[in-house]
Amino acid sequence: MSRLYKFPGGLKLAGHKTISTRQPISKAAIPDRLFVPLGQHIGSPAECTVEKGQRVLKGQTIGAVTDYVAAPVHAPSSGTVVDIQKFPAAHASSLPSDVIIIEPDGKDEWLEREPIPDITEMDPSELRNLIRCAGIVGLGGAAFPTFIKLNPAGHQISRLILNGAECEPYITCDDMLMRERPHEIIDGAKIMRHALNAAQVIIAIEENKPEAIASLQALASEFDWLQIQAIPVIYPTGGERQLIKVLTGKDVPSKGLPLDLGMVVSNVATAAAVHHAIDHQQPLISRIITVTGSGVKSPQNFEVLIGTPISDLIELAGGYTEDADRLVVGGPMMGITLKTDATPVVKASNCLLVQTPPDHAGEAIIRPCIRCGECVKVCPVKLLPQQLYWFSQAKYLDDLQSHNLFDCIECGCCTVVCPSHIPLVQYFRFGKSEIWKKEQETIKADLARERADAKTSRVERIKAEKKAQHAARAKKTAAAADRKKEIEAAVARTKAKKTADIDTAINQNTEN
Amino acid sequence: MVLTILSLGILASLFGLLLGYSSVRFRVEGDPLVDKVDSLLPQTQCGQCTFPGCRPYAEALVNGETEINLCVPGGEDTITALAETLGREAVPLSDEHASHVPSLAVIIEEYCIGCTKCIQACPVDAIVGTAKQMHTVIAEECTGCELCVPPCPVECIDMRPIKPDISSWTWPQPYMAYGAKN
Repeated sequence: MSRLYKFPGGLKLAGHKTISTRQPISKAAIPDRLFVPLGQHIGSPAECTVEKGQRVLKGQTIGAVTDYVAAPVHAPSSGTVVDIQKFPAAHASSLPSDVIIIEPDGKDEWLEREPIPDITEMDPSELRNLIRCAGIVGLGGAAFPTFIKLNPAGHQISRLILNGAECEPYITCDDMLMRERPHEIIDGAKIMRHALNAAQVIIAIEENKPEAIASLQALASEFDWLQIQAIPVIYPTGGERQLIKVLTGKDVPSKGLPLDLGMVVSNVATAAAVHHAIDHQQPLISRIITVTGSGVKSPQNFEVLIGTPISDLIELAGGYTEDADRLVVGGPMMGITLKTDATPVVKASNCLLVQTPPDHAGEAIIRPCIRCGECVKVCPVKLLPQQLYWFSQAKYLDDLQSHNLFDCIECGCCTVVCPSHIPLVQYFRFGKSEIWKKEQETIKADLARERADAKTSRVERIKAEKKAQHAARAKKTAAAADRKKEIEAAVARTKAKKTADIDTAINQNTEN
Repeated sequence: MVLTILSLGILASLFGLLLGYSSVRFRVEGDPLVDKVDSLLPQTQCGQCTFPGCRPYAEALVNGETEINLCVPGGEDTITALAETLGREAVPLSDEHASHVPSLAVIIEEYCIGCTKCIQACPVDAIVGTAKQMHTVIAEECTGCELCVPPCPVECIDMRPIKPDISSWTWPQPYMAYGAKN
């Protein structure tokens, strides 16, 4: 067991995990309709490649990538595309996004798959491309395309850390995966290690998951590059930077990446998805999700097809209890409240939490900030939440940035300890998106200014050119008039001379 | 006495030379304050401030010839920023009924007769087309200034409000009333 370190702040929270780990992972049936959103990841949404009425096979690409930071989407089951339309997304805004609606035919017929040759012979970039084509994104909740993370980009990777901390209360999908399917994670780790050329792989698991630790430990002894590491239970130890701190004592720089320290952190479920993509040629079309909370009758983990409506899953978990009043996707600390359960499960959905009034601080009354500093003590990033709160309220965007708002991981520790019950994270999310909005506006304004300047100078140039043309023409006319006068004068002179000559001749004749 | 006058005179002329040299050497092109004020304006070039564009308004502001509350698209945020930069008192928007909804111009193409009048009116060259050919608006470059609407002889330009979507959505400001329930 190697030495462990501590990150600043953090909280010890009640786990509420056992309520959803009593039952094994259950495979959810294929729903009547699958709603597959095109944008399920960080980056540009995928572009639809199917048409209404078209038959699709399980695993077929139905949304293709258009950008580097993007991931394709695949048909979760065979069936017919019945529509491509806007549908409310599992997003804090509940705004509609493009969704491909598939009516499964129940045959679950796979697209013909070609076996992938031995990966140890394969070039890492080829391997990354396969992972990209399988649509794999981080399954811990952020949904960042995995193939980008698996690119060492010239860095020497000393450690690949597989994150099995699962520190947020209620969520148990990674725990159940580690308990029941440890070989999938280790096989995935092998592939990811090859892609990164990493020396060592550490699977970090919180001490409150002894079954998961034991089941992985049983397999790990075969591999000298693999280490299973139990870590203390303290929220938010599953944050990427916090986990690196705990395991290595190193701090990832404010604007840097773990890659700068020669490390890559990925979720254990992502490793299992990589295993399925490479060893079984299965793209990311299903995931394990926890349905839990005091608002559902029988909390449990389900392996569910991406695109299954949330309402179907709630049904599988026995339905809502009578006092259920809030549906959260994600955990109680960082999750977002959904307005409707008609939205589908996406790649990033790790947990559905149905809360009842005593669960959430429904009765808490907001009072003014008394500057007690409790939030500063618990902040795992060493920020000053009380200061950021004032700046955010006053929209002092420059001050927010100079106080490193963007290092805030929105873990919610400050909100939990605030004796005045101020929804601090809401203020930080608001501040972040205001800064982002202002940046977008500046980009647009700069473009408009550039184009307006271009137009003004063009209009002026054309005006000047026209003026010059007029002047030239006027000059020409004047010159032509002068020439005419000259000719007239010459004609007159010649005429005069002629007359004179004739006169002389007449005179001479008369004299003769 | 003579020495004093002489030494001070020499010093004065030396400094004068130095100042003269540096004013030539470190000359600043244009007025930096105008640039700064211009950068605070939203660049819609709409002319609702009665000036023929954002930069002329910025120039007038710097010369103290006009009020800071004339920019309708910029709204309150712009007034605050201008007040801070110009050291003036922030005042409410001049036209209190003017509400700015960010929108885009859309040409209804079947009615367009190809007269090019809107192209000439567009301050940011966001309309493409040529005589007797259909015109269209480049959505990414349209600032929503509405200047193309009045010149159109067949009224085929619509101003359509930009619908919020997931990629442009931002978190709302938390509503905070002390004593309210969280």
